[in-house]
Amino acid sequence: MLTIAMPKGRIFEEAVELLRRADYMLPPEFEESRKLVIDVAEENMRFILAKPMDVVTYVEHGVADLGIAGKDVLMEEERNVYELLDLQISRCHLAVAGLPGVKMNGIAPRVATKYPNVASTYFREQGEQVEIIRLNGSIELAPLIGLADRIVDIVSTGRTLKENGLVELERIADVTSRLIVNPASYRLNGEVIERLVDRLAAVIPQP
Amino acid sequence: MAKRLFMFEKPLGMRDTLPFLYEMKKQVRRTMAEEIERWGYEFIETPTLEYYETVGTASAIADHRLFKLLDQQGHTLVLRPDMTAPIARVAASRLYEDSNPLRLAYNANVFRAQQREGGRPAEFEQIGVELIGDGTVMADAEVISLMAALLKRVGLSHFSVAVGHIGYVNALFLEILGNEERASVLRRFLYEKNYVGYREHVKSLPLSSIDQKRLLDLLSLRGGSEAIEAAKALVTSEEGQRAADELAALLAALKTYGVSEAVKLDMALVSHMSYYTGILFEVYAEQVGFPIGNGGRYDDLLAKFSRPAPATGFGLRVDRLIEAIGETDVRGEIECIVFSQERLAEAVELAEAKRAEGQRVVLQHITGIRDIDAYSQRYRSIVYLLGRSGHDGQ
Repeated sequence: MLTIAMPKGRIFEEAVELLRRADYMLPPEFEESRKLVIDVAEENMRFILAKPMDVVTYVEHGVADLGIAGKDVLMEEERNVYELLDLQISRCHLAVAGLPGVKMNGIAPRVATKYPNVASTYFREQGEQVEIIRLNGSIELAPLIGLADRIVDIVSTGRTLKENGLVELERIADVTSRLIVNPASYRLNGEVIERLVDRLAAVIPQP
Repeated sequence: MAKRLFMFEKPLGMRDTLPFLYEMKKQVRRTMAEEIERWGYEFIETPTLEYYETVGTASAIADHRLFKLLDQQGHTLVLRPDMTAPIARVAASRLYEDSNPLRLAYNANVFRAQQREGGRPAEFEQIGVELIGDGTVMADAEVISLMAALLKRVGLSHFSVAVGHIGYVNALFLEILGNEERASVLRRFLYEKNYVGYREHVKSLPLSSIDQKRLLDLLSLRGGSEAIEAAKALVTSEEGQRAADELAALLAALKTYGVSEAVKLDMALVSHMSYYTGILFEVYAEQVGFPIGNGGRYDDLLAKFSRPAPATGFGLRVDRLIEAIGETDVRGEIECIVFSQERLAEAVELAEAKRAEGQRVVLQHITGIRDIDAYSQRYRSIVYLLGRSGHDGQ
């Protein structure tokens, strides 16, 4: 049986739709279920629903054979997993944003983010020394109340930024969801995984 | 008084091994060491501390994962991060005098600093072999077969060895991309297991569609001898062909050894950016998400100790191996004799007799025990020698 770690929230529905397009028989009530572990006996599959950031952890440790995770999470976590397919779903990008016309504080530049690793790498590459402040949500708040001059976050439509009076300043990387696989499972269940990859690859929308 | 927070704490990533786990480790270690010796390998020991400049930089382990310290003269030292580099050092300096093949084995703790998730072990036991001075494919076949034999001996039935050849990857990249710098960019994607990034990068290169396809096809070269045929068709250079031929010879030899069932080729396997020079492999087992061991050919390492020689070997991680085997009942080996003062002589005599037979026997005075029920749980059996002779109970 294959165990697949799915991210709760934004990516979940698109991922389920993709699996259905690849002819996986997922029960109709799949999306509504509040269970964290869902077995789909017909497909010999088990789905676990996890926080997007945790999907990579489940897969790296091998409790899930496969997972669906955003490139943003993969960049942040740098886990030892195979990144086999770009599923081309949940498209967004990682960006630097801030209040319009406000420069970086020259004395103590601060950046708030849910992605400290990505943010730190990005600013180091630019040769800028900044202090990274890790937040767990509502990142847009930070510039508004003076916690940070900049934020690093994912942007999909840009609406959240706009509603909070922020503007995108720099684009760091494009993000889509990826199919990731545990290295041991990739070796031990090679054929089953290959079939799944082929079926998914056939229905991935071309960019 | 200040609270002593770290009373039971150990440095990050360091662990105690309690008797239960120790017994399991011991059995696995013994079984494997015995088999390794049967294949004619000789065990050696090297120091825990080595110079950073020699062993530290020669090792396959990334710099930021080394534990470093200074000695009294200000030299930088490292806690050995692997055993291959120290063995190469010893072999180059002492043992490899007549340039004939040398078979060495080790069983030692190695140290690698962990940055993520505090509890991951930073010190762990490895058992492995190095076959130095034999550049033939038969040497590669021997170490892979020996590794498989060890895993079978310790009761692991389901494992998988992924085998690749870095020489093939390099030859293919060089012939299509033209220079090492570009090849290295592409190799990094494979090393990071980022096939999506690899494909994107290949598509962004100014190459003919045929060459792009050749690079993309590399990712699907997996399986048995049919993968070698496909691999040969993909590469034209002599080095590439030779690498593919080596893999064919390897598979044939592994078949003779009777271990080919667990072996799967993966031409895109890159387990290190620069360390390996030829055939390389990783081994995986069920129940463990991480590789339980790896190895390969490292023909450039001994040259770093001024004594160029081909070499190959593997290392298995004992902690992950035990996880893969699962809990086995290794308790209950020990017997206990509980005695009272007047029966001391009898107890000593009995204990000596049992020990002479090779049994493990505890001798315990009755008044030293607080809770006899809890105490007796610990042992396989208990003999009571209490009161005057003739009135003892079992």
